[in-house]
Amino acid sequence: MAYSEKVIDHYQNPKNVGTLDKTKNTVGTGLVGAPECGDVMRLQIEVDEATGIIKDAKFKTFGCGSAIASSSLATEWLKGKSVDDAVKIDNMTIVEELNLPPVKIHCSVLAEDAIKAAINDYRKKNGLEELKFEESVIH
Amino acid sequence: MSLNLPVYLDHNATTPCDPRVVEAMIPYFTQSFGNAASRNHSFGWQAEDAVDNAREQVAKLIGADPKEIIFTSGATEGDNLGIKGVFDMYASKGNHIITCNIEHKAVIDTCKHIEREGGEVTYLDVKPNGLIDLQELEAAIKPTTILIAIMYANNEIGTIMPVREISALARKHGVLFFTDAVQAVGKIPVDVNKDGIDIMAFTAHKMYGPKGVGALYVRRKNPRVKVTAQIDGGGHERGMRSGTLNVPGIVGFGKACEICLQEMESDTARIIKLRDKLENALLKVEESYLNGDKEARLPHVTNISFKYVEGEGLMMGFNKNIALSSGSACTSASLEPSYVLKALGLGDDLAHSSLRFGLGRYTTEEQIDFTIEQVSGTVNKLREMSPLWEMFKEGIDLNTIEWAHH
Repeated sequence: MAYSEKVIDHYQNPKNVGTLDKTKNTVGTGLVGAPECGDVMRLQIEVDEATGIIKDAKFKTFGCGSAIASSSLATEWLKGKSVDDAVKIDNMTIVEELNLPPVKIHCSVLAEDAIKAAINDYRKKNGLEELKFEESVIH
Repeated sequence: MSLNLPVYLDHNATTPCDPRVVEAMIPYFTQSFGNAASRNHSFGWQAEDAVDNAREQVAKLIGADPKEIIFTSGATEGDNLGIKGVFDMYASKGNHIITCNIEHKAVIDTCKHIEREGGEVTYLDVKPNGLIDLQELEAAIKPTTILIAIMYANNEIGTIMPVREISALARKHGVLFFTDAVQAVGKIPVDVNKDGIDIMAFTAHKMYGPKGVGALYVRRKNPRVKVTAQIDGGGHERGMRSGTLNVPGIVGFGKACEICLQEMESDTARIIKLRDKLENALLKVEESYLNGDKEARLPHVTNISFKYVEGEGLMMGFNKNIALSSGSACTSASLEPSYVLKALGLGDDLAHSSLRFGLGRYTTEEQIDFTIEQVSGTVNKLREMSPLWEMFKEGIDLNTIEWAHH
């Protein structure tokens, strides 16, 4: 199976690899997946307290090229978005942007889950109610 | 010598045809195209002579009599014919077969089929080194046992089973011994008499011959073994495998066997040095582990897990230039990693992190040096990107984390 050029580009030049200080209240961390499943994503956001805008996003991913690309893309999309808009990122837009084949859709689902987990971690830290999401179907 | 790219290190999947093999085959497509079963004209005679010659070449490589060679379309057919053929032929003796859980799917799925047909199959576990326990094997034999089906060497980790000890147990209990020797024949000395093999499947394309042709060795003496044909037709191959013989393929197979017999020793001496160089260098990478027994192993294979990086992601770092396989199953719908590695007791995480390197006749030292550099470089790069590596470096025990299982 050949990878799309966009996947290869994100794999070769991943954006926003790194770690934010998870002890800070302005940082939300989402860790999803499991080593046994061959995919673990950690996605972090740092929110500007005054504006509610995500001013930084970082990821680290254990997984295949599509998983790495999905999380790299997700961090790019997160930066500059408000937390409320970030929640709306849908896995299928990641699939379309990266031209992921059906067997790799779970990578995009994982990225969406990681975004939501990071946002909920941020909300929890700041005394906000955690958002409830429907269970993702495909993994 | 200059570096020849791309590097092919997937010789357990298939091998290129040796040019000498192709050269031997060509006349049998155009000039000597006869049907080996045409007994009444020169085209048929030529084809038959060519097949007879190839049958001798194939038999010689494994120390068999040419009459004991049944040509097939490959090892999957050989596995099916060998196992189902015994199950059908020896039904009056019993219905129990013993195999193991790291066999190729062609053996495991054939055994599953036999279970649906009313047979009973014991799947032996392997030890962490990939070898079966002989005591467990003997304990599994019962009065209804008709066949032990254990592979000669494993396709993923290259480990070599204790074939002579297995066959001795089979003899002792009057049970037939079948072996899938696809990975072993042509790579290491295999002798059906010294090894005590009754039935053996192997194939041309793993030993620099063409795809689509293989053989089933069926012992004719001590004991005389018969298998029930699984394909009905003209009664070719002593009635055990009908179908017009693939003459050019068989000629190529014969030539490939002849070359392996002549060059195995020198090939092995060269390849094992390269394999060891590769293996030693890659095992120097932190948190890397060899899978399977280090000693009882084919000379051209090494299977290594690089903890905290995922195999498919790892391959993507160099798969433009290096072709190899991973035990990761990220591409499969099931997301299950290699059942062979799991059978060794590896956690799924290590199974997902494995790469199989299969060297071959044309592998060069420059290619191995390049592979060492590319693989270790990519491992390091991906670890910088891996949350698991970061946790490991912080001293977090990954087993204590409650993962969201998908």
